[in-house]
Amino acid sequence: MKIRSVNELSEYRERIVKSHNPKKTTISICNGAGCLALGAKTLSELFENDVKKRNLDIEILKTGCPGFCEKGPLVTIFPQGIFYSKVTSDDVSLIIDETIIKGKIIDRLLYEDPNTKEKIKKVSDVPFYKKQTRRLLSLNDKIDPTNISHYIQYNGYSALSLALFIPQDEIIKEVKKSGLRGRGGGGFPTGMKWEFLKKENASVKYIICNADEGDPGAFMDRALMEGNPHLILEGMIIGGYATGSTEGFVYVRTEYPLALKHITIAIQDAEKLGFLGENILGSGFSFKIKVREGAGAFVCGEETALIASIEGKRGMPRPRPPYPIKSGLFGKPTLINNVETFVNIPYIIQNGGDDYAKIGTKTSKGTKIFALAGKVKNTGLVEVAMGTTLKEIIFEIGGGILGEREFKAVQLGGPSGGCLSSKDLDIGVDYESLILKGAMMGSGGMIVMDETNCMVELARFFMEFVQNESCGKCVPCRIGTRKMLDILTRLTKGKGKQEDILELKRLAKLIKESSLCGLGQTAPNPVLSTINNFPEDYRVHIEEKFCPLCKSKGVFPVRHFKPEEPKKE
Amino acid sequence: MEDKDRTRLIEIIEKFKEDGLISVLQKIQDVFNYLSPETIVMVSKYMKMPLSKIYGVITFYHHFSLKPRGKYTIRVCKGTACHVKGGEENLTRIKRLLSIKEEEVSEDFVWGLETVACVGACALAPVVMINDEYYGKMSLHKTELIIDHYKAIEKTGEYVKYEDKVS
Ligand SMILES: Cc1cc2nc3c(=O)[nH]c(=O)nc-3n(C[C@H](O)[C@H](O)[C@H](O)COP(=O)(O)O)c2cc1C
Ligand code: SF4
Ligand code: FES
Ligand code: FES
Repeated sequence: MKIRSVNELSEYRERIVKSHNPKKTTISICNGAGCLALGAKTLSELFENDVKKRNLDIEILKTGCPGFCEKGPLVTIFPQGIFYSKVTSDDVSLIIDETIIKGKIIDRLLYEDPNTKEKIKKVSDVPFYKKQTRRLLSLNDKIDPTNISHYIQYNGYSALSLALFIPQDEIIKEVKKSGLRGRGGGGFPTGMKWEFLKKENASVKYIICNADEGDPGAFMDRALMEGNPHLILEGMIIGGYATGSTEGFVYVRTEYPLALKHITIAIQDAEKLGFLGENILGSGFSFKIKVREGAGAFVCGEETALIASIEGKRGMPRPRPPYPIKSGLFGKPTLINNVETFVNIPYIIQNGGDDYAKIGTKTSKGTKIFALAGKVKNTGLVEVAMGTTLKEIIFEIGGGILGEREFKAVQLGGPSGGCLSSKDLDIGVDYESLILKGAMMGSGGMIVMDETNCMVELARFFMEFVQNESCGKCVPCRIGTRKMLDILTRLTKGKGKQEDILELKRLAKLIKESSLCGLGQTAPNPVLSTINNFPEDYRVHIEEKFCPLCKSKGVFPVRHFKPEEPKKE
Repeated sequence: MEDKDRTRLIEIIEKFKEDGLISVLQKIQDVFNYLSPETIVMVSKYMKMPLSKIYGVITFYHHFSLKPRGKYTIRVCKGTACHVKGGEENLTRIKRLLSIKEEEVSEDFVWGLETVACVGACALAPVVMINDEYYGKMSLHKTELIIDHYKAIEKTGEYVKYEDKVS
């Protein structure tokens, strides 16, 4: 069945809403990649069998990742919103006996606030969620991502039904007003990019959704694709219409099998109902979307390399200009946006750019999802208003540092970003503030480290990563990162000398200035930021020729590095 | 190559030709486990592409393998989150348990060991994937349990899903 007009869509939605009984007991089980790693698949099967066996009128909902993976497998019971974490297969019949049938809450399965030891019953009261502003992730625990009706029930595709009947320029104007900037790392204003493509005069234009998410430690794009793929498609179709494009591609990394599956199902279902294809909702606009799978190369996240990869070539960046907007995929004008960028679009269309811009800082609007990982108590996906401080994210939402240890560093922006120390915890996250401190928003990876992590070793780790991933096209990046890696390896082995720091800085400058693409241009950042913010770590390696942290791995006594006291202004 | 494999191969090439070389190679590797010289020659013939170009693409991407792969490919995450939480020690333990090195396959082709940059389950670091299954919060103890579990599967020939009783 195809939906051919806005009216038909409203009727379709009404039918779904009517047939849905909001009071019906629903057991929502996270089936995201994280919870699957902890046994969610078996758990879901057991719930399904048990409910069937007892002939209960209960809905089992298998959702995508709401972000609190560390406490997985997660099971939430609606309509009450009772939140159970770390559920095992042994708990299944107990949950059905006690909670579902008798209405009793099982204390043992409730989430316990690690700091106050308080047991929390409702998902909305869990501090991890409470302090977030969940705009983009809000549906992730409410819908089955493989069921398009669920998305439509929660107003899905209504932004599209509005957008298709407004002039293209008006849409671009709203996106500009919203202040939305690219979430792929660079932070380029999205509205401007769209306008550039709209102005290109060509019969074929492409839109690409960059779902390569190569930054190790980042997984928000994965959660969006797995948990709410139609939201991405809706953003892309609106983008396609606003810029006058004819076809879209989603480039997904091959390491995400579940995301690939869900986005593929979503495209098929959207085609069946007519949100993709010819004459969408009777507007006269036609658009299709195809999926392309990456093949395991970090550099393919870079836009020109990504284009080469879709064309079936080695994923090597090429010099810009010409920018993809002028000459991109198969030589045609092409727009590339990140997954999270597209996901913001339906909200902007429904509520207007001004409303969107109400939260955030002067230069960075809206919310940003961070992947909080490493040595914090609550790891997972955190969606906050731009401008939220690092302290709030790490200590309030993240619950502070694991064990009895002390905070040492937070790494932002992955291999292109930097490491900040405790003196920077009060800064609010936005594009400019982070760059000012020598870090970077990047795609939103946020990795917290405690006093047992050595920053020289971390710098070496990132240098090894970029050295491995360098495509080898230009000398400064290929040879320069090799040289930096050699020095850092020497340092971690206690064979460094004082001049090494100067040499690292010299190489860093050279590589930054003369590399062809962003990979090389930003590769020295993790090294420079650790040299600046953690000089003590480097001093120990060079002067004492021994680092208890590098050597230890639990064998040697851990030496206490006191984080610097915050400077008084 | 047997006739039925050849037919299958040609089918794949024809079906995915439109989507480009990388899609074709991916599908072939999915079905045939790795990219053998014979299959590559066929791709070259049917896609009318020089062999050098195809090898160029294959060697560029980590995902493609020119050698047969193990029945169970263990992929240890080497991403940042896993790194700071001790992923390295895990890798060392796995190497010892299976007596193979990184990017190697055991002599009997049962085990393959690969490292990946990040599998996107960073909140559960350190993470390991075995074929398409994820395993999170891998302590050294849990690593041993899971390897033993797969060894048992291999011995009995009966697939049983690993039940997590540790974390
Ligand atoms: C080495 C390198 C890797 C990149 N990886 C990604 C990535 O994984 N995902 C992404 O969206 N952008 C990535 N980018 C940025 C893209 O080139 C591009 O700027 C971005 O997709 C544009 O989308 P946006 O305007 O929505 O941010 C990468 C850039 C470089 C230099
Ligand atoms: S900077 Fe590095 S990754 Fe980028 S083109 Fe040059 S060699 Fe390749
Ligand atoms: S995968 Fe279940 S919460 Fe993330
Ligand atoms: S860093 Fe290991 S899963 Fe992301």
